Amino acid sequence: MLEKMIFGRFIPGDSFIHRLDARAKLIFVFLFIAVVFIANNWITYAILVLFTFLIIRMSRIRLYFLVNGLKPVVILIIFTFLLHLFFTREGAIIFEWKFLRIYEEGLRQGIFISIRFFVLVILTSILTLTTTPISITDALETLLNPLKKWKLPVHELALMMSISLRFIPTLMDETDKIMKAQMARGSDMTTGSMKERMNAIVPLLIPLFVSAFKRAEDLATAMEVRGYKGGEGRTRYRKLEWATKDTVIIVILLILAIILVYFRS
Amino acid sequence: MDITLQQVSYAYAKNTPFEKRALYDVDLHIPSGSYQAIIGHTGSGKSTVLQHLNALLKPTEGSIKIGDVEVKAEKKSKQLRKVRQKVGIVFQFPEHQLFDETVLKDIMFGPMNFGVSEEEAKRRAIDLVKLLGLPDEVLEKSPFDLSGGQMRRVAIAGVLAMNPEVLVLDEPTAGLDPRGRKEIMDLFYHLHKEKGLTTVLVTHSMEDAARYADRIAIMHDGKCVLAGTPQEIFSDEVRLMDYRLELPQSIKFQKKVEQMMEKKLPVLCLTEEMLAEELAQFLKKEREL
Amino acid sequence: MKREIISLQEVTFTYAEEDKSMRPAVNNVSYTVYEGEWVAIVGHNGSGKSTLARLMNGLLFPQTGKVRVFGEPLDEQSLWDTRSQMGMVFQNPDNQFVGATVQDDVAFALENNGVPFEEMVERVKRSLLKVKMSDFMNSEPHHLSGGQKQRVAIAGAIALQPKILLLDEATSMLDPQGRDEVLSTVQQLRAETDLTVISITHDLEEALLADRVIMMNQGNKYAEGKPEEIFQRGQELVDLGLDLPFAMNVSRLLKKQGVTLVAEHMSEEELVNDLWTSHFNK
Repeated sequence: MLEKMIFGRFIPGDSFIHRLDARAKLIFVFLFIAVVFIANNWITYAILVLFTFLIIRMSRIRLYFLVNGLKPVVILIIFTFLLHLFFTREGAIIFEWKFLRIYEEGLRQGIFISIRFFVLVILTSILTLTTTPISITDALETLLNPLKKWKLPVHELALMMSISLRFIPTLMDETDKIMKAQMARGSDMTTGSMKERMNAIVPLLIPLFVSAFKRAEDLATAMEVRGYKGGEGRTRYRKLEWATKDTVIIVILLILAIILVYFRS
Repeated sequence: MDITLQQVSYAYAKNTPFEKRALYDVDLHIPSGSYQAIIGHTGSGKSTVLQHLNALLKPTEGSIKIGDVEVKAEKKSKQLRKVRQKVGIVFQFPEHQLFDETVLKDIMFGPMNFGVSEEEAKRRAIDLVKLLGLPDEVLEKSPFDLSGGQMRRVAIAGVLAMNPEVLVLDEPTAGLDPRGRKEIMDLFYHLHKEKGLTTVLVTHSMEDAARYADRIAIMHDGKCVLAGTPQEIFSDEVRLMDYRLELPQSIKFQKKVEQMMEKKLPVLCLTEEMLAEELAQFLKKEREL
Repeated sequence: MKREIISLQEVTFTYAEEDKSMRPAVNNVSYTVYEGEWVAIVGHNGSGKSTLARLMNGLLFPQTGKVRVFGEPLDEQSLWDTRSQMGMVFQNPDNQFVGATVQDDVAFALENNGVPFEEMVERVKRSLLKVKMSDFMNSEPHHLSGGQKQRVAIAGAIALQPKILLLDEATSMLDPQGRDEVLSTVQQLRAETDLTVISITHDLEEALLADRVIMMNQGNKYAEGKPEEIFQRGQELVDLGLDLPFAMNVSRLLKKQGVTLVAEHMSEEELVNDLWTSHFNK
């Protein structure tokens, strides 16, 4: 089941988007969230959609792959769409059936909100699909570095994130293994009442916690032995390099913002 | 209980971009009461075969008959529980599956899941702790307070407590010291003989396969490439080298001695004991000539 | 004159000190390891050998006795300096892999020690080359075999150019192939450098590769000597839960069968030769 999820997965490649500095991509996505809210009419939303497709093309990620991975989010989008459709009471009535009334403004709002959702989710996915988790972590650490002044443990947070990411596959394997071992002992986690299932999960969770703690302890020892004593005095192996293309992509986004402001009503 | 794999293929994450084939048309017959070893390198597919033996995985193609239950792709079978009760699996590092408050409760977990009464499960736990050479006091201890070797034994007891007819062992001695290794392997062999179990041993160790098994199957790149008696399997050294496997140490040594004597011993010596015996007899005959 | 690298003097360590019923994990143990040596510390599970590893790199400090590293007492002050001179590889290949990819993991100790960027890149490359893992620079740990992960761990350890490599049951969770990979890597490193190796193990073949063996039993040092001296003890070792070399086992079994041999042999070659001279070459 988890194998089918694409959110948070990295697809290796060598596209223009892949080669961008992770910081540029992060800044881009954050700015984009703001830019999306500039759009407020058909033209501006059309421009947004067009721009998104352009980015998809540039990332060379196959469309079906994106669409497939977005399935879980689709339900959320449909839900928001319906919410706006039925509860906005402005403009002319375009459809009426018994107590159900759909207004023109409701349809418009529903479509706009859905588009907004779509472009945001797609662009964030492209960020994670084209950037290794370690680069995202590094970028976050560098970007948040100024906050160290206010005692925010930026290095520690970044390290925690990178270690968590590194151990996800290990712990997934472990979960699978323990689940199978308990199933072989007759435990049944897939059928029965809610209470029975909750009880069946204990033999899975306890060994998993025990092993996670053991791993954490081992890892801490290994880190200590390898000379880890916090962020102080550490050098960095990963170097992020900001190139002209990174500046260019941010400038493009600003131009998009200006265009949107020009066309918004 | 007979187990028969027919043209079994298996793919992980089927129909996704991450699909990975693990088994290709595996045929294997494990007769009731036999001691079957499955050997091969990491990634050869032997662990995947193992998980099919009690229907933890269902083949994507082909079928498996476990006793009188047939497991097939896409076919939902209500009899899977019956299969799981009769086929016990000791996974690699089985101590990772311990969870209950006391050793006693943990050992009782399996049998009680399959509807064995509390008294009966308790009786089995007490017997098994003794059989595995653990002191009685451990029954009331938390499994997490035991030493690594003791935890391994408790976990094994937890599987044996289900009274399986087929015992599947996945590298059951990995990480143990030499004495622990020998004790555990001898115990399984003793149970195999005494209770007439069907035993399947998945291992890297040529020595263990040669010593205990009466049938050996070799897995390589997801295929079952060779199956037969130890004498048959180990007589084909060239073929084994194709699969990057070596002969057991005793046979390797036998070949050295044979080369030096320019004469052959009548059989392949599967164990050190057998080697010493055959060699002694051979030397005696030579002297008499 | 051999230079002393690590020495333990009458070291005793108990895990739960206040609990009087606990026997010490390490009891009054003394030994010295010299520069360029390969010393194997062997013993059954629970014999105290892993505690010794932790005492040698300051993860634990003894309750009585002294630990000296490079001639200096090991204490809170010398700790970090000592650790930068001592690479260590643990038992579980998964639980010591810190980096997201192979190269990040090898760089970890270098980063901790403030090695400048250019030199870091150079050393990561060189270390991976030495353990033959250069093709896996960007691999993530869950795509590697146990043996490969341990080789990465070795690369991470030697990247710091340590004087000592400490292997704490580094091969015990590996399959035979992985074990051979790791051992041949260590052998090759020894051939190229004057690295001192201390391996803690219950694997016999690993012990046979060493120059010297220290045998532990129930927290005490039971014996110390060259591998061939140690294994001459025969049945004694079996009683302590250890194996004997294959040739030796066979020698003993042959004797039981009434076959005369000059000695119980350590190596297969010696045994074959003995059989030849005493039974054929008359």
